[in-house]
Amino acid sequence: MVEFNLPKNSRVVKGQTHKAPDGATNIKKFKVYRYDPDQDKNPQLDTYEVDMDSCGPMVLDALIKIKNEMDPTLTFRRSCREGVCGSCAMNVDGTNTLACTKDLAEIKGDAAIYPLPHMPVIKDLVPDLSTPYAQYTSIQPWVKADTPAPGTERLQSPEDREKLDGLWECVLCFCCSTSCPSYWWNGDRYLGPAILLQAYRWIVDSRDERTGERLDDLEDPFKLYRCHTIMNCTNTCPKSLNPGLAIAETKKLMVERM
Amino acid sequence: MSLRTDLGRVRGLGSAKDGTAHWWSQRVTAVALIPLSLWFIYSAVTLVGIDRAGFKVWLNAPGSILLMSLFVIALFYHMQLGLQVVVEDYVHNERNKIFLLVLNKLVAVFFAVSSIIAIIKVAFGG
Repeated sequence: MVEFNLPKNSRVVKGQTHKAPDGATNIKKFKVYRYDPDQDKNPQLDTYEVDMDSCGPMVLDALIKIKNEMDPTLTFRRSCREGVCGSCAMNVDGTNTLACTKDLAEIKGDAAIYPLPHMPVIKDLVPDLSTPYAQYTSIQPWVKADTPAPGTERLQSPEDREKLDGLWECVLCFCCSTSCPSYWWNGDRYLGPAILLQAYRWIVDSRDERTGERLDDLEDPFKLYRCHTIMNCTNTCPKSLNPGLAIAETKKLMVERM
Repeated sequence: MSLRTDLGRVRGLGSAKDGTAHWWSQRVTAVALIPLSLWFIYSAVTLVGIDRAGFKVWLNAPGSILLMSLFVIALFYHMQLGLQVVVEDYVHNERNKIFLLVLNKLVAVFFAVSSIIAIIKVAFGG
């Protein structure tokens, strides 16, 4: 059955508090999930009191400030700090989002920061994304065409190119997949909203010649039809994309060819 | 422990090339059940207090016996499709899963056939 309680060794316990420097007046508390695989201990929730007068505006700014000035052991992924790399996806204030584009001013009270839900944790805020990456590989995310390549580009009309809008912007941060209860319960077989949006991105690409084959590979009670239109994916997407719509369009194509 | 690659594990046994008919049937029966349920509730309310002979006359009307039969068939078909999804979602022990999926189908058929027999007996019986 589905597990509604965390196993004993995963239950989060109270951690340490790192005080703000003396003289700081504008303090915000960050409650951050910590887990160290090298220590035989449960995960813990550490509190960091951050001086907001010397902190940038985004959640990632605060995390970098904590790592630089308060606790160098805090571990998280980050790279572009402008929402195009998808590295700093995490659960902030109860919602999956990118730390670099999440405004601290939107968080009332203490800021709770956890790794993406229901993934194995490597360390602190770094989840193990091997399964979704392998699922991405499994949908073969490239143009597949049998017509010999022309000497120039494979052309696409502006109207056909427009069909890719709302799809190409996905940065594969997996905020959506890890917010989806169906992916939590059946993530080993269900592809999840991120991968299904990507699959649809190649299904509707006018340059691709293997649309039917792609639909064949998706037509499965688990790979595709575990989507029950819960719509957490669309609500949480930090790029304001609509994976729920992409999945619905894929289901419509399945019915069209019945 | 398994040394299988992530890609091999994720591809698993491949696509079942199935599921669309199930998904579509669930939607079709859901739509059919909207008017059928409204009709059933309306009929049940208007028939409150009627005796068996009066009910027999009502059920013998072609519209009543047809809609009543369609209602129970759509209802138990839809119930079976829906419960199958619940079992697939939440039951991960393979033996329990197969047992519940088979039980679900048998129970749905049992209820549907029982209901049809009841309708026929009341409408045409003594």
